[in-house]
Amino acid sequence: MRAFTTLTALVAPLDRANIDTDAIIPKQFLKSIRRAGFGPYLFDEWRYLDHGEPDMDCSHRPLNKDFVLNRPQYQGAQILLTRENFGCGSSREHAPWALEDYGFRAIIAPSFADIFFNNCFKNGILPIVLPAATVDQLFKELDDGYQLTIDLSTQTITTPGGQNIAFNVDETRRHRLLNGLDDIGLTLQHADKIKAYEAERAQRAPWLF
Amino acid sequence: MAGKTLYDKLWDDHVVHTEDDGSCLIYIDRQLLHEVTSPQAFEGLRLSGRQPWRVARNLAVADHNIPTTDRAQGIADPVSRLQVETLGSNCKEFGITEFHMSDIRQGIVHVVGPEQGATLPGMTVVCGDSHTSTHGASAALAFGIGTSEVEHALATQCLVQKKAKNMLIGVNGKTGPGVTAKDIILAIIGQIGTAGGTGYTIEFGGDAIRALSMEGRMTICNMAIEAGARAGLIACDDVTIDFYRDRPYSPKGDDWHLAVRCWQKLHSDADARFDKVIEIDAASIKPQVSWGTSPEMVLPVDARIPDPAQEADPVRRQGIERALQYMGLDAGQKITDIKLDKVFIGSCTNSRIEDLRAAAATIKGRKKAASVKQVLVVPGSGLIKQQAEAEGLDKIFTDADFEWREPGCSMCLAMNADRLEAGEHCASTSNRNFEGRQGYGGRTHLVSPAMAAAAAIAGHFVNVAEDAA
Repeated sequence: MRAFTTLTALVAPLDRANIDTDAIIPKQFLKSIRRAGFGPYLFDEWRYLDHGEPDMDCSHRPLNKDFVLNRPQYQGAQILLTRENFGCGSSREHAPWALEDYGFRAIIAPSFADIFFNNCFKNGILPIVLPAATVDQLFKELDDGYQLTIDLSTQTITTPGGQNIAFNVDETRRHRLLNGLDDIGLTLQHADKIKAYEAERAQRAPWLF
Repeated sequence: MAGKTLYDKLWDDHVVHTEDDGSCLIYIDRQLLHEVTSPQAFEGLRLSGRQPWRVARNLAVADHNIPTTDRAQGIADPVSRLQVETLGSNCKEFGITEFHMSDIRQGIVHVVGPEQGATLPGMTVVCGDSHTSTHGASAALAFGIGTSEVEHALATQCLVQKKAKNMLIGVNGKTGPGVTAKDIILAIIGQIGTAGGTGYTIEFGGDAIRALSMEGRMTICNMAIEAGARAGLIACDDVTIDFYRDRPYSPKGDDWHLAVRCWQKLHSDADARFDKVIEIDAASIKPQVSWGTSPEMVLPVDARIPDPAQEADPVRRQGIERALQYMGLDAGQKITDIKLDKVFIGSCTNSRIEDLRAAAATIKGRKKAASVKQVLVVPGSGLIKQQAEAEGLDKIFTDADFEWREPGCSMCLAMNADRLEAGEHCASTSNRNFEGRQGYGGRTHLVSPAMAAAAAIAGHFVNVAEDAA
């Protein structure tokens, strides 16, 4: 997994609450057995005027010019600013895969759905929870070329005006993301504990063993 | 010291290791696998040269892409076919049991698990699917995970988790006529919102919940995720234990008696402390119909479509306006005036035998309205299909011009050939009414099986409470 340390990047605003993972990546693209290549289909039903299907060449599809990510000033954005309960619904990890493949490395919102939030950390994407009033302030400040600097080690966001905004990430998740560590490898360091647990549990619940 | 909640008990029973910041390594008793969220996990195992930690704790079944028409024809869509075949080849390579498309035990993964006794009370259950919360109806700690965690659970039989907070939703009193488990959970989501349970495990309690069958309890826990909670729970009682007696994967002989003694403790202690408690009067719940593009956009069937102008909060107002535009509905319109193009009875929420019986009982020898183009009835598993046919339910459906199909996820998310066309309104017993969920531009109304069947007959929503009274 790609580590996340610091990021200074353009911000794209998606001013809508309760964005679900069906909207982030519609189901027809979930038929892929690969992990890469979902970026062109990110927000497919909002981004294009036609109906997308897997393996379509998106370079010739009609764009919905009203959709915020299609506006010229947000091309190359790596930070997504959005509203509460982002990523609700289906557990599909294809949602963070699509966001990452498109180029997003961080998402700022007042709240996230639990499964999506968790999936982000497995893919080098930093989801940042800020108070609703602070998110509102960022939406208001945002103008063309608006960039934020995110520092995960100090857990700080710096605005173009020089304001520092603190955020908080669980220590275990922060450490793993900062170093791009492989979760499975770390868990397997506890192999003896897992085996000891199994031996003890087999006494209490033999029908599971 | 305060007593423990059911969630506390299940959690404590599965902790393998605790980190300084409170993150825990949790042992997983059962992983269910399906074709959509597993191929990249198996590929990860291959790339790292790892093997499943305990292969027998995994069970696989393809459900999302499976055709619900003649199985002998195979899968027409080559992309869907490859995904289903990939599950087969992965299971074969790693030695995992899979119920194939031709196996009568095949069905929707969350229907198959309890039906086989593969998910049991007291277990931790995971699956790369958010509706894994369904299995919490058996007092199991069950939650959906992403594909990276599917690989993690395969490789280590554990997951790194942080404990959620405890919420109790007590539903007390007696439900009125025509009110089902689906109406109870939709009313709850309407009240607390789709983020109301975020960060919590929700235990559903109260006499209206205890009065439900296992099927009804599964409907309730299935949609805990639609209230934002990864896991829903219902305490184990005699209904639970009776359900699991003699299931193929249930414990047998002495193990059964030992298991039952353990399962009888799977309830919250009388003095357990919850972080949040919500009380709901069962008698106040009416049959529900969703009108918008989020499960929280739901109202009693006798209500009118909300007016965004009455909403003070700008983000919410914009949400209502967008939903009305997408759904092609007008503020103030009566819900009973919404005309249906299609009806879908199925999904991991409502495809069990009790759901099919309720739909069949509603029909009473009538036929679908001529204005309704298609009514799909999709049983949750091959065994449920067999049971329904033994009871003659299939005949009741086909006599009403409903289509009786093979088991699978079908039009809940339209990954197979079953879908809505743009602009079509569908009365659906599924769980999500998101934009495009049942097909590009499709308009979903979430309802109970009885409401779906009644709407199929009338061509529009009807107050099933009056019918049933």
